[in-house]
Amino acid sequence: MSDTLRDRSRAPRPARFSRLQRSLHWLMAVAVIAMLFIGVGMVSTVSPAYVPLLTTHRTLGIAILVLAVLRLAVRAARGTPPLPVDLPRPMKIAAKLSHVALYGLMIMMPLIGWAMVSSAGNPVLLLGGVQLPPILPANGAMHAALWKAHAALAFCFFALILLHLAAGLFHGLLRRDGVFESMAPVSSERRREAPVMSESATRSRRSDDSA
Amino acid sequence: MARQPVPRGAIGSLILIAGIVAGSVAAFSYTGGFLSPGRLTPEKLLAGLAPSGGAIPGHRRNHAKGICFTGTFRASGAAASLSQARVFAAGDYPVIGRFNLGTPDPQAADGTVRVRGLGLQITTPDRRQWRSAMIDAPVFPVATPQAFYGLLQAAGSKDPDAMKSFIAGHPEFPAFAGWAGSAPYPASYAGTAFNSLNSFLLTDAAGRQQAVRWSFRPEAPPEPMSAADFAGLGPNHLAEEITKRVAQGPQRWTLVLTLAEPGDPTADPSRPWPEDRRRVEAGTLTVERIQPEPDGPCRDINFDPTILPAGISLSDDPFPAARSAAYARSFNLRTSEWKDYPREAGATGAPRP
Ligand code: HEM
Ligand code: HEM
Ligand code: HEM
Repeated sequence: MSDTLRDRSRAPRPARFSRLQRSLHWLMAVAVIAMLFIGVGMVSTVSPAYVPLLTTHRTLGIAILVLAVLRLAVRAARGTPPLPVDLPRPMKIAAKLSHVALYGLMIMMPLIGWAMVSSAGNPVLLLGGVQLPPILPANGAMHAALWKAHAALAFCFFALILLHLAAGLFHGLLRRDGVFESMAPVSSERRREAPVMSESATRSRRSDDSA
Repeated sequence: MARQPVPRGAIGSLILIAGIVAGSVAAFSYTGGFLSPGRLTPEKLLAGLAPSGGAIPGHRRNHAKGICFTGTFRASGAAASLSQARVFAAGDYPVIGRFNLGTPDPQAADGTVRVRGLGLQITTPDRRQWRSAMIDAPVFPVATPQAFYGLLQAAGSKDPDAMKSFIAGHPEFPAFAGWAGSAPYPASYAGTAFNSLNSFLLTDAAGRQQAVRWSFRPEAPPEPMSAADFAGLGPNHLAEEITKRVAQGPQRWTLVLTLAEPGDPTADPSRPWPEDRRRVEAGTLTVERIQPEPDGPCRDINFDPTILPAGISLSDDPFPAARSAAYARSFNLRTSEWKDYPREAGATGAPRP
């Protein structure tokens, strides 16, 4: 992971995330936020919705795992736009670390969930009747540790996403430095017409990234 | 100079960002029930079940006293036309189970507990599992999980009129109370019948659905006893007796499916279905070996009634989902407290000095 996240200073870097990268980002943003809400919602109810919510939770969680691996592969192949040259060094470091943590959680949370259900000795049933194999043998103490980790990391994940969201909006609304636009879901044609910043300005301001 | 001047709307933008973050936290808290003290949660059901001195760490939050067994389910094939589940196709499938007593206290004397239970896990070669937890009562005391919580609260209340007003508000309760007050105590687990009470749907190969309830009916005669005579057999009679009995020979139960007809109360386990409903003998459970719960194969199983193979599914009965949520919470807690569980064989269910 650290390898793909490291600066490849000599390689030419794109001005924006590719369409595929942006699609994956926003699709997964919706999916992860949905997962967090489904998670805390389902464990606090005894209504009939509990069972389908849990099945949806397992299924969407595994889908996130698959998409996260795909996304890292796309990232390794395509690279990322550089951060603005004038972004203070601590902010660059914070941005990178938070992205490492977000990727880490997108992979760890589903794996811990899958391992937790496995170690409980319960079948890993997904929507459509698909059943995944266990990834750990049944073990009560292991289950307990994973259960606690899954819940604690879920709350860290939510906090980090709020920070990330605030930072994204800070770039988009206050700094207006092209960072938000690099991930914005709108097409580049529309973006060029937007008054925020021209394509060349974006590129020049984001051309050097030596954090 | 790279940095643009701070736009005029900066304060507004900051307020907007803070508002979005605060709104997200509020929505998350609401979804998690942190802002809704009235919501019935698994925690509340477990709190209602806990004895007055608090839950016993390391143990099931209900049906805490029990003993493991292994055995076989031999499907007759008679239910294969009703459900495509592999477990109904003629054949032998391995079983892990647990005989238990409906009490949150693993040390309770057998004679003080009215309800007996059976937890079952049947595994088929397609890796599918059918788990079930049944009791010997012919009906459940109440119609909904909310009412069950009300019953737990009334039963644990210091107000002497709490039960009276609960019963006044729940006309379904006397059917169960009548059974609890008058039914004899079978002398052995081997002579006890166990009922699903909850209804489930069977789906056949063509996709047709049939609501059913089921019972495991014992081959051994019930040997009915009065409460006092049964209590006289000793505080751990049931576990000791079934251990001896199975050591001498396997014990059997017949799985009987009862088929609902249109209009039968599938959503309400407090109401029995008419006696003349069609019944199908789906197979035979053979209990072959008894093992103490500490380090036994059933200890760390959650007999969650929503773990079902394709071909069996939940009906409009609200109980299995509520039970699944409560059992998961109980399982999470007891596995977290594994250090408190007495591991030495014999420590559970052994008479206290
Ligand atoms: C909800 C609102 C969100 C906004 C406004 C937002 C915005 C952004 C922006 C502007 C970037 C580009 C940063 C850069 O140029 O390096 C970005 C990157 C990223 N976002 Fe989000 N995001 C949101 C939600 C999420 C969620 C829920 C996740 C979940 C895990 C997530 C994960 C990531 C990751 C891992 C990156 C780094 C991409 C890379 O460098 O490969 N985002 N986001
Ligand atoms: C991005 C991935 C995931 C996220 C963000 C996530 C989030 C959550 C959250 C917020 C909770 C509630 C925690 C609590 O308040 O106690 C939860 C519970 C749970 N999750 Fe996940 N989860 C993910 C993936 C998975 C996967 C892949 C599985 C299984 C295959 C899974 C299985 C569970 C289970 C069984 C629970 C209930 C635990 C309990 O009984 O308390 N999760 N999850
Ligand atoms: C909302 C209603 C109910 C609640 C809150 C409840 C609660 C519980 C809890 C917390 C456990 C311990 C689970 C574990 O740690 O593995 C348990 C076990 C059990 N329950 Fe229930 N229960 C309910 C309804 C029922 C019904 C309707 C039946 C039977 C028809 C039943 C039969 C059993 C049996 C047999 C066990 C023991 C299973 C084993 O051996 O592990 N329960 N119950």
